[in-house]
Amino acid sequence: MPTVRLQISPTAAHVRTARLVATAVARRSGVADSALDEIRLAVGEACSRAVSLHQEFAPDELITLLLEDEGKFVVTVCDKGPLGAEGRFSDPTAGFPGLGAPEGLFTGSSDRMPPGFGLAVIGGLVDDGPGTVVRMTWPLGAQLA
Amino acid sequence: MDLSMSTRTEGDRTIVAVGGEIDVYTAPKLREQLIDLVGNGSYHIVVDLEGVEFLDSTGLGVLVGGLKRVRAHDGSLRLVCTQERILKIFRITGLTKVFPIHASVDEAVAAGD
Repeated sequence: MPTVRLQISPTAAHVRTARLVATAVARRSGVADSALDEIRLAVGEACSRAVSLHQEFAPDELITLLLEDEGKFVVTVCDKGPLGAEGRFSDPTAGFPGLGAPEGLFTGSSDRMPPGFGLAVIGGLVDDGPGTVVRMTWPLGAQLA
Repeated sequence: MDLSMSTRTEGDRTIVAVGGEIDVYTAPKLREQLIDLVGNGSYHIVVDLEGVEFLDSTGLGVLVGGLKRVRAHDGSLRLVCTQERILKIFRITGLTKVFPIHASVDEAVAAGD
């Protein structure tokens, strides 16, 4: 069972809420002080990513954070954005077949598909809804190198 | 939320002292400030990050955007930062190669272009 479960609406202000909660729980769980800054930044980045995905694709859905401290400190950030959508953020002129205009595929200089392309394929194959889970782990009590 | 900014000029340099947290929520304020400065003809900008407690990739994006804007006018954007936890983010992302980072505002203002 997660120690703490937090759900936030996809607003930029609540990224800070998530950072504050995650850092507070980490401190209480016995994570080394030296790791708290890293947790704060990493959780913020994961939530910023989820918020921007939700704002574009799933504005009414909540983003879920699970914070666990059994043996190690584990943060899980779950979004409901479409798989592979980020390839379009990095290059807005390139769409994926089925996700956007395919013309972009012919204008780039590379013959490699963008990194999110495979995820978009997976998204078209599974039934249990879209979404990505980011899972991050830090040791409890230990000093980081 | 917790973002403060103050601006002053020294010669042809404009110094923006930023304090607080630069994240996805507050970064738009800094972006607007940098756009305003460039729009008003300030092409040599020093962003003092010594008062910054938190900086994420959104904030980095705003600084990169500022650099692009001043470069379009042959300008410069220099950073002042000695905080290890902030410097670490620039190192992780390779942006230490993009931004001149100085130990003090005086040093940044004195630096040639």
